[in-house]
Amino acid sequence: MQYEPVIGLEIHAQLKTNTKIFCNCSTSFDQQPNLSTCPVCLGLPGALPVLNKKVIEYGIKTALCLNCKIADKNIFARKNYFYPDLPKGYQISQFELPLGLGGFINIGEKDNQKRIGITRLHLEEDAGKLLHRADGSLVDFNRTGIPLMEIVSEPDLRTAKDAKEFVVKLRDILLYNGVCDCNMEQGSLRCDANISVRKAGAKEFGVKTEVKNMNSFRFMQKALEYEIERQIDELESGGRIIQETRLWDEAKGVTVSMRSKEEAHDYRYFPEPDLVPVMVSVQWVEDIRKTIPELPDEKKERFVSQYNIPEYDAKVLTTSRDLADYFEDCAKLYSDAKIVSNWIMGELLREIKNDNTDIKDCSITPKMLTDMLGLIKKGVISGKIAKQVFEDMYKTGDAPQDIIEKKGLKQIMDPNAIRSIIKEIMAGNPKQVRLYRQGKTKIIGYLVGQVMKHTKGKANPQLVNKLLAEELKRD
Amino acid sequence: MSKFYEYSICELNSLLLKKEIKAVEITESYLKRIEKLDGKIGSYLTITAEEALKQAAIVDKKIVNGEKISVLAGIPLAIKDNMCIKGIKTTCASKILHNFIPPYDATVVKKLDNEDYVLLGKTNLDEFAMGASTENSGFKITHNPWDLSCVPGGSSGGSAAVVAAREAVAALGSDTGGSIRQPAACCGVVGLKPTYGLVSRFGLVAFASSLDQIGPITRDVRDAAVLLNIISGHDECDSTSINKELPDYTAGLGDGVKGLKIGLPKEYFSDWVDAEVAVCMDSARKILENLGAEFIDISLPHTEYGVATYYIIATAEASANLARYDGVKYGYRSPDYNNFLQMQKNTREEGFGAEVKRRIMLGTYVLSSGYYDAYYLKAQKVRSLIKNDFDQAFSDCDLIMTPTIAEPAFKLGEKTSDPLKMYLSDIFTISANLAGIPAISIPAGFAKEGLPIGLQFLGGAFSEDMILKAAYAFEQATDYHLKWPK
Repeated sequence: MQYEPVIGLEIHAQLKTNTKIFCNCSTSFDQQPNLSTCPVCLGLPGALPVLNKKVIEYGIKTALCLNCKIADKNIFARKNYFYPDLPKGYQISQFELPLGLGGFINIGEKDNQKRIGITRLHLEEDAGKLLHRADGSLVDFNRTGIPLMEIVSEPDLRTAKDAKEFVVKLRDILLYNGVCDCNMEQGSLRCDANISVRKAGAKEFGVKTEVKNMNSFRFMQKALEYEIERQIDELESGGRIIQETRLWDEAKGVTVSMRSKEEAHDYRYFPEPDLVPVMVSVQWVEDIRKTIPELPDEKKERFVSQYNIPEYDAKVLTTSRDLADYFEDCAKLYSDAKIVSNWIMGELLREIKNDNTDIKDCSITPKMLTDMLGLIKKGVISGKIAKQVFEDMYKTGDAPQDIIEKKGLKQIMDPNAIRSIIKEIMAGNPKQVRLYRQGKTKIIGYLVGQVMKHTKGKANPQLVNKLLAEELKRD
Repeated sequence: MSKFYEYSICELNSLLLKKEIKAVEITESYLKRIEKLDGKIGSYLTITAEEALKQAAIVDKKIVNGEKISVLAGIPLAIKDNMCIKGIKTTCASKILHNFIPPYDATVVKKLDNEDYVLLGKTNLDEFAMGASTENSGFKITHNPWDLSCVPGGSSGGSAAVVAAREAVAALGSDTGGSIRQPAACCGVVGLKPTYGLVSRFGLVAFASSLDQIGPITRDVRDAAVLLNIISGHDECDSTSINKELPDYTAGLGDGVKGLKIGLPKEYFSDWVDAEVAVCMDSARKILENLGAEFIDISLPHTEYGVATYYIIATAEASANLARYDGVKYGYRSPDYNNFLQMQKNTREEGFGAEVKRRIMLGTYVLSSGYYDAYYLKAQKVRSLIKNDFDQAFSDCDLIMTPTIAEPAFKLGEKTSDPLKMYLSDIFTISANLAGIPAISIPAGFAKEGLPIGLQFLGGAFSEDMILKAAYAFEQATDYHLKWPK
């Protein structure tokens, strides 16, 4: 029997505003527990929330990128439930009138695109964190009131891979707009999935489960693949799916039942009387639209046409806005964009990956990299030496010219100098010279190697080849 | 000159400016009076004698140094114990907050502080301001200074009683459904509930956020205007506070009522208004007519739904507002628990009083899935209708006059066993909160047993200057406000 999985995603993204959503506390994370708090985010009696406008701005920006309709009237609601990490006993969230409705993201390659619907985008406050210890439980309210954006997709996804691609796409959009760090391991981007399977061709949805605790892109795909298999196996063996919440257990590689939906809360939503409706004018939306940067897909297409680089290169170079900017800065300074792309995708990204750092913190500036490429082109250094120069630049942050100067890496271009070295090498290798002259011309490679070795790779290889051939033929 | 407690804010201010008295002397005389009377009346939950004397001394020093002082400088006031004052216990008369000391000041308190007021203490109330008799306090009963066997009204019963008994020059109360005006009427003092949004709620422990409003309780109308000048105004910490140019509320007090059109809503003058109250209303009408006001009959057709609407909206909001008292962060924590659920359950079980629990349950019920539309949503619609009633009325008249309470203060214990009867005590005051409009209660006479009777003026949003003007004109033509319980 063929089964078709149906997946919908719920994504929570912490917004990177300087202050919390309803008070002036810092959103910075590296704080002592409960230091970044005030009467408002601690829910002290009498304290009142005041909305951080920046949160709405970030929400509108994202909603526009997800092709959502923006609500002109935004109302916050109280979502009531008791939990020790929720200091007011309710979470301020959006319910009936979310900020964004009815959008989409396209996934897949250009000629085989799938449109994944976005049901809604709304804003809310994060809760605190519980720490369970042997002697009791502790609460840290630093995270309370960090602005959250919840994005809910339609059940349009059909494979775990598509789901992952959707989240990657979404992450790229959030990162490009600078509204979220998107660190799944640290929880600034959290993803829950609703999954069901149905017989291929069926119209009705099957019973769904909700999978939580997928803390990285890799885990997410694995968890979804596991859950799809589990549901199919269950049905195939004559069982049935129970509507429930399941947690991904990374160590065991399985999803485990957490609670069934029967125990679901009645959140008793009602409009938050402490906040006034937020009216979003057309002008405000248009002003925000102007601040949206070129998004990865557009950028990728432009790179292909403007710089004439392969689609693959363009895709890699646009994975982050900083990397794309780096490439463009280089391409402005050096006309052969493919060579720039090769160096960035090869040497540069390797170093950065090894160091687990970021392009922003890279010691090689676009000017340094392109200066080096210019020196290769002019023949001042060879491509091989360039790799050495590159490593040096990466480590020291020195300009390529200085490194070449200091280490004497300049290519030997003087024919007389090379000729005298050739003569020396020929004198030292009479056997190879004789073999060459007897017709074993391939042996020239060995002699070139000896010359290069002698000059520590600095002799211009073309020149060495040419002059060596001349000298060997001379006698 | 030893009976400083006989003077109003404005009188004391002029005596201070003339250096005829010292601020410390005023405070001392009040502290003595509290010591003498409060055992019988029971209006203070916390008395801040030491801080009061310190603050008064600072004012005296300023006067000696020739510094300019505010009209409120050195004036001893009391504050209802549901407003946060940094470093001073704020209990809301609830066991669940019996030990809560706020780390911050309510905006109104900050404003009073800027004027160098003197805090005498925090006054008793119905727990979390839920009640109309102050009998729901988790700590003690407050008695009506006019008749100790009667209630002072509520929920700001402590604040109204201290003003009536001259245990403070004036006080702040909060009004969610009548909690300033009803006790003011019961105690024969002036109580003003401002337009929703005129006074910041930041630091007022929430009962029902869309209805709560802080206001002054004073011995005369001018003092109410003086306090309103100080506590009103936009506050960035309260999203519902209005950013608007405001008048000096004392400026137009003497302008008189000549030409004012006053509406008498027929729904407020039904048979069950006590006969003595009705007599007072009649005589008030004549007095105002003599002063040049014109009366017309009007109708507020949705009045009868006010109480029902109020008890749905107020309890719904309260059920969420009171969810934070779970024993985790502050206040009372039950010693009896093994896990969070038990801790929270036992804390709330032991910490809240019966009336508070009743309202939390009611509010939780009306918000529950399946009931939301029938109760909460319907109540919001009726609330709009009530608001429309007033909009309609104010197109025909400048302000509205009604009794504040249908009968004078009732006996202690008389209504405690019948919550519905208790809820009806607010029947004339609730609509102003639902509509968000200002209303003032002023003394309008006395019943045969000597208990005060109050009349209420209501105006359109932000018409505080008009209702104060009318109240002042009436007060000047009568002497009810000059009487106080001996």
